[in-house]
Amino acid sequence: MKTVEVTLQTALDHKLTADEYELIKKHMGRNPNLLELGIFAAMWSEHCSYKSTRVHLRRFPTTGKYVVQGPGENAGVVDIGEGLTAVFKMESHNHPSYIEPVQGAATGVGGILRDVFTMGARPVASLDCLRFGHPTHEKTNYLVGGVVHGISHYGNCIGVPTIGGSTRFHECYNGNILVNVMNVGIAPRNKLFFGHASGVGNKIIYIGSKTGRDGIHGAVMASDSFGDESESKRPTVQVGDPFTEKLLLEACLEIFEAGIVEGIQDMGAAGLTSSSFEMASRGGSGISLHLDRVPAREELMQPYEFMLSESQERMLAVAKPENEQKVIDILKKWDLEAATIGEVEAGHKNVRLYFHGELVADMPVSPVVDAAPKYERPMQKPAYLAQTSAFNTASVPQPADINETFYTLAGSLNLCGKKWITEQYDTMVGINTVFGPGHDAAVLRVQGTKRGLAVSAGCNERYVYLDPYVGGMIALAECARNVACTGALPIGATDCLNFGSPMNPEIMWQFSQSVDGISAACTALEVPITGGNVSLYNQTGDAAIFPTPMIGVVGLFENVENAVPSFFQDAGDILLLLGDDLGEIGGSEYLKTIHGHDAGLPPTLDLKKEKALIEILRELADKRLVKSAHDISEGGFAIALAECSLQKRLGCAVDIKTPLRPDFALFSESQSRVILSVLPENRDAVAALIKKRGVPCEAIGVTGGNSVAVVINGVLALDAAVERFVTLHKTSFEKTLFPG
Amino acid sequence: MAAMKNPKIGVVLFPGANCERDTIHAASLLPGASVRHIWHKDTSVGNLDVVFLPGGFSYGDYLRCGAIARFSPVMRSVVEFAEKGGIVIGICNGFQVLTECHLLPGALLMNESRKFICKNIHVRVERNDIPATRALKKGDVLKLPIAHGEGRFYAPPETLQALEANGQVVVRYCDQSGNITREANPNGALNNIAGICNERGNVFGLMPHPERAAEPILGNTDGWGILQSLLM
Repeated sequence: MKTVEVTLQTALDHKLTADEYELIKKHMGRNPNLLELGIFAAMWSEHCSYKSTRVHLRRFPTTGKYVVQGPGENAGVVDIGEGLTAVFKMESHNHPSYIEPVQGAATGVGGILRDVFTMGARPVASLDCLRFGHPTHEKTNYLVGGVVHGISHYGNCIGVPTIGGSTRFHECYNGNILVNVMNVGIAPRNKLFFGHASGVGNKIIYIGSKTGRDGIHGAVMASDSFGDESESKRPTVQVGDPFTEKLLLEACLEIFEAGIVEGIQDMGAAGLTSSSFEMASRGGSGISLHLDRVPAREELMQPYEFMLSESQERMLAVAKPENEQKVIDILKKWDLEAATIGEVEAGHKNVRLYFHGELVADMPVSPVVDAAPKYERPMQKPAYLAQTSAFNTASVPQPADINETFYTLAGSLNLCGKKWITEQYDTMVGINTVFGPGHDAAVLRVQGTKRGLAVSAGCNERYVYLDPYVGGMIALAECARNVACTGALPIGATDCLNFGSPMNPEIMWQFSQSVDGISAACTALEVPITGGNVSLYNQTGDAAIFPTPMIGVVGLFENVENAVPSFFQDAGDILLLLGDDLGEIGGSEYLKTIHGHDAGLPPTLDLKKEKALIEILRELADKRLVKSAHDISEGGFAIALAECSLQKRLGCAVDIKTPLRPDFALFSESQSRVILSVLPENRDAVAALIKKRGVPCEAIGVTGGNSVAVVINGVLALDAAVERFVTLHKTSFEKTLFPG
Repeated sequence: MAAMKNPKIGVVLFPGANCERDTIHAASLLPGASVRHIWHKDTSVGNLDVVFLPGGFSYGDYLRCGAIARFSPVMRSVVEFAEKGGIVIGICNGFQVLTECHLLPGALLMNESRKFICKNIHVRVERNDIPATRALKKGDVLKLPIAHGEGRFYAPPETLQALEANGQVVVRYCDQSGNITREANPNGALNNIAGICNERGNVFGLMPHPERAAEPILGNTDGWGILQSLLM
């Protein structure tokens, strides 16, 4: 290997600061060589070290009755009873998906799947939360097509159903789309595996695909010491192979079943570097690795490339010497690569890297993993808020024709159906899907038990933009409410925090406020965060995306047969409206789509009321007293009623009294509201139970007919034909994005 | 064929298959059935009454769907098993494998929409005298899930004519009421063909997934009749 002298400039080229470079030299007690510097740069990158956000993330509530494993492992774990756990996490793949939508999105799915199955879980469901730019932006439909194809290809092939999520559009994402994927797996509680490397003499085994030069960050590829120029200009987006991942999944699960590994970790961001250092750190061990023994896809690969490649479908495992061959045999059975590349050593707490016998890096584990600077970046309340919060919603003109306004909203890209996307996903493979896309939350049965899981993921970024604290609260609360609508108890959450540059004090303020809002909701609703991911620098030039802290919530059914659908089931059922309409139009789809404003204050949220609502929803489901339950969210009361009509094309007749303007009463997005349908004979009993919990409840009408008709204060305010709504719901997405 | 008590069922596990566990699970619901998987590197299917080729992406389907699975060691034995009259049922990718190894005629091409499609469709039962449909009635309409990118049945005109003349079409895409319409055809399959059998009727391939519709908790039990037929 050619020796390159490392200077301050080399460090700067690796996106380290001068101060960080000094700190590295201090920890090393000498000048690092290029390989060592590259490792520090990767591990101290924002992506791996969370150096700008760690001071905020520690405010998340992370413990609770159901939590088995909180943040810090490959994925979070909650107890779901009968000796089983749910393992789940959400992660972003935003930048790669913008550059190369198909592979970027596909490898995003692959990455999160590995995080889950590396814990010993069989992945049972994925949810994708996508954000794209304005529909007329030149790249939008190309990106939509590519991302959906990538997710569909990878998820369908590996055989994990994609059963939910959310897709929204806003011009703030024109130059920075979001591709966040959540995965949930099931693992026996006594067979969870962790990313630990310990036990002197234990073997470190490389598993999976060969290592190539893909994914080595362009920014880090600053040296020309690797020979051929063109070699260093390879695309930095990795290519995914779901077939290999499927084999890897089955091989790993077979290895776990046999109980022959002590620790295992996915090679995700920063590949072999992060997996080896993090496992050594968690195990409190020193390890040696022989990089020339790593299966290589290309010739003449150098240590720097082996350590920093992000080739996909690879894992690092630690096994006792007597089990080494058994592990390798299982991998061979599945036609996968396996090689013992190192071992856990006594007498030191370093990672020592060898290449053809020569020691090429010798680095203390703790500084690399734990000593990245933690920055308290300056924060400042954004200037735009003065203007957006001063917006007077009362100044908005009343629409001349409410029915047409309703149809416009129903056919808008954020509110219309997303079957164009979800029908490209295998939503049923695994035969666990009780409720697929379209319901408030996806519902899965847990095989071998009567139990089930409900999962919901999303975030209304406009609310967060207009008030990051309240928006953060609502993001968590709405997912929890969705889960509760199906009758499940929300027990744990994951997050994927997508923001602009942390160097901008206004962005850091948004970040900090959102974390506090989410935390407040987690505490009040008893839904702790068990893990997640941060994605910063989502901006083009100075234009940052709306702050988008995506949330995923997992809920538990003791008896999944009690799951409540989101759609009206039969004509003649009584409609009950839970919660209060405060006429909140700020931040609504109505205000944006009809009047063109991203303005006002988002709806308020009373966490005590939300908690009471969630509890009563669960109680009613357990007692099998409701036939359908649907949360009122984007688009308000009118859209929620219409959505209830979708599955059985069953309308409703509603009569309400309100002091609000008709457009506000129909389209306000006031929180903590749910529409229930119940049998007429259960009406009084249900209403009494609801009122006992202190939740406002009113009988507002009856299901049936072929229109959604709403009488307000004695006047027919909305009379929407179910057929026309269904058609708009079904066709608008394709018509808007892929006309002709 | 006499009624089958305690059928011995095998499900071939190709690398990249992803419905093998689902198929094993669903087949295991049959009273008295014993179900096991058959590894693709095995050279014999052993002593079985029924072999399932499950759905998925065998060998990644990087070439033509099912084209490589055809050459896996176990397939020689599956072909022999079929030739001796053993019951072979190929679902989705398994149907593609059956056409690739010529146990069934025709081919499954890319969907007309050129997209993967996952949804519930309806099929009409065209004959109920083969082992896989004996529990059903001719004309029954079943709601079944499909999930495929390449499911458009195609055969040259003379083959298609022979298939129809021999009554080898077992299930056809239809609307809710059983009408064979263009709109009810999800992938552009010729003659709305969703599943066919060989002349003897012991080899059956279909694109829809009966194993995904065999339990009340999944909201659909229309696939159960196909499984149940194996007991009759």
